[in-house]
Amino acid sequence: MFRRLPEAAGDTIAFTLNGTRMKACVGDTVAAALLAAGLAYCRTTPVSGAKRAPYCMMGVCFECLVTIDGVGNRQACLIPVRDGMQIETQEGARAIAAEAHA
Amino acid sequence: MIREEAEIAVVGGGLVGAAIAWGLSHAGKRVTILDEGDDAFRASRGNFALVWVQSKGLGMAPYAAWSVRSSDAWARLAAALKDESGIDVAHQRPGGLMLSLSDSEQEQRVAQMRRLHNQPEMIPYPYEVLDHARTKALVPEIGPEVAGSIYCPLDGHVNSLKLFRSLHAALAARGVLYRPSRPVATITRDGTFIVAGSWGELRVEKIVLAAGNGNARLAPQVGLYAPVRPQRGQVIVTEKAKPFLNYPLVTVRQTDEGGVMIGDSLEEVGFENVVTTAVTATEADRAVRMFPLLAALNVVRTWSALRVMSQDGFPIYDQSVTHPGAFLATCHSGVTLAANHAFDIAPQIAAGRLSDDLLPFSARRFHVPQAA
Repeated sequence: MFRRLPEAAGDTIAFTLNGTRMKACVGDTVAAALLAAGLAYCRTTPVSGAKRAPYCMMGVCFECLVTIDGVGNRQACLIPVRDGMQIETQEGARAIAAEAHA
Repeated sequence: MIREEAEIAVVGGGLVGAAIAWGLSHAGKRVTILDEGDDAFRASRGNFALVWVQSKGLGMAPYAAWSVRSSDAWARLAAALKDESGIDVAHQRPGGLMLSLSDSEQEQRVAQMRRLHNQPEMIPYPYEVLDHARTKALVPEIGPEVAGSIYCPLDGHVNSLKLFRSLHAALAARGVLYRPSRPVATITRDGTFIVAGSWGELRVEKIVLAAGNGNARLAPQVGLYAPVRPQRGQVIVTEKAKPFLNYPLVTVRQTDEGGVMIGDSLEEVGFENVVTTAVTATEADRAVRMFPLLAALNVVRTWSALRVMSQDGFPIYDQSVTHPGAFLATCHSGVTLAANHAFDIAPQIAAGRLSDDLLPFSARRFHVPQAA
């Protein structure tokens, strides 16, 4: 759905989405990288289970929440993607038990 | 100017007024609720949503029995509201815990429960004193500082915002008239009660004062007495997380939708509902010591609200001797006592007289001759 502008291409890095290896450009936010990769949704809501995707891209709508390196409810549009990041779509409410003991 | 009539006016559209109005409607009465606007100090929008029994009634044994009674009737209220409004208020009664963060805190709690249960006329209810290991068996996420707890199987919780919405949806469906932005200034009589404000007047045969802290001002106009004052409570709520806490605590509970509420502060600051960092920081610190995993959660909102507190902390239910047909109900446990307000208080008001069982809750208990 989204295509990169020709002049925007830069150095690439690799991250994983739900365990699958993907590529992004240096400087992408996590949300931009996910949209460029063709992601259909990034989370389901805790209350109704509806699918949600990045929307405002500027940190106010909280629709783009994902799990990054094991931490849930991160705002994908505010976090630059980094090489080796492990990103997961978030199904429902975030889990807290595993992280707290880490 | 508005001029209307009804059979009964309920002054106050919060949880207390709404529950009573709902019960009056079930008793076949034609009810109009007069409420303030969205700017009202409204305990119903800020409360902690516990249906709580343990720790209540030290100093007034009938209040303990009254709380047990409502807790027992709560499932029936939740079912009726779901039936009428389609809204599930998420009532659960898994039992509740009070956690102690030191041995001395635990000793104090245990002593308090003993004193409560040793009172004359006290009808005992079940509770258990749990040490750290037995507490951990119920809630494995507790931290090492937790010395123990008291568990009471009668405790529970609801989603109080859904309760508020469900009551009002049920009231609307039953034809109860809800009139917001009609603060009551005066109540007079000329055969009927004339309840008036800058918006106009409503003429009624009976009036129920359920105006929270507003009752202090309104009660004397109909020969009643309601020495209540605001007591501030501050609450923190976190982002929604997967369920981890299966029991409500008096200071921490996870809602049906996953957010964790942290609260239960008490402050005497008058009509002032701002949030202060000192109090919320203390609440958060204690919560994290109880459950270290909470430190990983983001806070999404903090708020404060004003309890409706009487001099001794117990509810006031009264009927006027000088103004027959005028009743008053006020308490700081509008959630816990909602079932009693709907199933006991309302039918009695509809019948015209409060039961003698409620005499201990009359404000006459405050008229003690002052010692020199």
